[in-house]
Amino acid sequence: MTSCHSVRVLPHLPPRRELPKTLTGIRGFDEITRGGLPSGRPTLVCGGPGSGKTLLALTFLVNGAILFDEPGVLLTFEENAEEMANDVASLGFDLPQLIAAKKLAVDYVRVERSEIEETGEYDLEGLFVRLAYAIQTVGARRVVLDTIESLFAGLKNDAILRSELRRLFSWLKEQGVTAIITGERGEGLLTRQGLEEYVSDAVILLDHRVHDQVSTRRLRVVKYRGSYHGTNEYPFLIDADGLSVLPVSSLALQHDAPMERVSSGIANLDDMLGGKGYYRGSTILVSGMAGTGKTSMGAHFLDAACRRGERCLYFLFEESPQQLLRNMRSIGVDLEPWVRSGLLQFHADRPSRYGLETHLATMHRVVADFKPTVIVIDPVTNLMTVGTSADVQAMLTRIIDHLKTENITAMLASLAPGRSESERRESTISSLMDTWIVLANEEVNGRHRRGVYVLKSRGMAHSNELREFTLTDGGLQVVDGTDGPRERSRVAYQPEGLEQHAGV
Amino acid sequence: MLASDGATSRPDAAGQSYELRLYVAGQTPKSVLALANLRLICEQHLHGRYEIEVIDLIQNPQLAQGDQILALPTLVRRLPEPIKKIIGDLSNTERVLVGLDLRVRE
Repeated sequence: MTSCHSVRVLPHLPPRRELPKTLTGIRGFDEITRGGLPSGRPTLVCGGPGSGKTLLALTFLVNGAILFDEPGVLLTFEENAEEMANDVASLGFDLPQLIAAKKLAVDYVRVERSEIEETGEYDLEGLFVRLAYAIQTVGARRVVLDTIESLFAGLKNDAILRSELRRLFSWLKEQGVTAIITGERGEGLLTRQGLEEYVSDAVILLDHRVHDQVSTRRLRVVKYRGSYHGTNEYPFLIDADGLSVLPVSSLALQHDAPMERVSSGIANLDDMLGGKGYYRGSTILVSGMAGTGKTSMGAHFLDAACRRGERCLYFLFEESPQQLLRNMRSIGVDLEPWVRSGLLQFHADRPSRYGLETHLATMHRVVADFKPTVIVIDPVTNLMTVGTSADVQAMLTRIIDHLKTENITAMLASLAPGRSESERRESTISSLMDTWIVLANEEVNGRHRRGVYVLKSRGMAHSNELREFTLTDGGLQVVDGTDGPRERSRVAYQPEGLEQHAGV
Repeated sequence: MLASDGATSRPDAAGQSYELRLYVAGQTPKSVLALANLRLICEQHLHGRYEIEVIDLIQNPQLAQGDQILALPTLVRRLPEPIKKIIGDLSNTERVLVGLDLRVRE
């Protein structure tokens, strides 16, 4: 009865005020936690070896010192301090410089069990003194303890340790510092020593999985008292630019629907698309078997966008940028000037290099850095080999959703090895597409002929015709159609299997 | 038999002088007890060849890092080398003697 009552009451409650938060400056992380870590409270970050705990904690400190004018203290129990300093230096963190500028204090704690004899009662006041001294030295607002569990290896009296840790964490709260405490993932517990028992405000779990020799990092907010947070696992990346978390953008379908149109770069194809080309911010699938001209279509699209002065990103999962530039030059599309002027950027990767999430996170980051208005992913089908079709669907939904939110027009080339295969694959993503252009190759009367038709294009009166096109040294040219504005000759052939394809 | 009391005196321990440091944080019952215990042990076993320096970290917090002090009270044997640390209120005399290398572990 009471539960019924509370369910009735809940919607009428005013929105809960969230506790104050402290920005980490870690891309994506502040979004998924709706503002960062709980201010003035300790957060537990746990994960296995190499899961990125230390890096996350250090990024929090360094960003605090550099971006938010909040000095920090690092109390580290790691044995190889030099190694750590080198690791973070490779990410562009200059710890010695921050220390010299009094924005960071680092205290390396070493506990050598073999040289310590324990006799009688003791406490860890020495640790408190050191921490307090470091905090005072730089006026710290942020503190990282990495990894305090090492104490359990150095000291024998677990009972004292536990009561002192409890005291330490409440002492940290009294100091009003925003703290990260890292802990090793334990058997059946979040941390080996059950630190989660003491740090109960926020718990973040990092995970590093290797599946089919492909590694994926994931982050999950296990607990966040007094705050709404996503319970999803979010993929995150550690690369030359440090750590970034990929937020799953809202799947609430609240994108704008711009009326602006952008040219496909091919005059007669624009004709087929209601005379004006694609909608800005829409997603276009170009599918066809090998050698049907998908890449050429993408190159024309990018060339036209660059001519308009738009920034373009080209994700390549098959060819190298050099190969692509050469091949496109052979059909009269020279993209090189755009690369040189900085309007066009390539991002080439082997699909098998990472898991889907990592690809997703990388693409997300590259897009955020370059801020393109047009992107091409060629071929998107190569990505599909690294995951199950459900995963692929989920990932593409995320990418497309994000691109739409950013009003980025995206063309995805889909390589279809054969008809039945193509349908199976494309059906997983076609529903996400606004426009679907199909390219077909047929041999007719001893001649190799190319055809193009618009299978669907939401929100416009598009051509239903299959038109022939040629790849000339002056580019991809679609012949005039009968239902376009320039009604003239009609293409006189119908490749077999087309009806079947159109029925998807 | 010498071993019957659980430990043997180290023959080479005689003659060496001991430089000891006791780290405390203010006049807590534990630190007062530790200092009293330490003085007693030194008088009995190191008469005339020891020095005790008491460091109060409340007054000199910057000194905690150098000797890697975490637990308090901590007794540090600076000399003779190697450095030894004994943490706690030093209430177990046997263990203090072992820690100072004045007795060997059985």
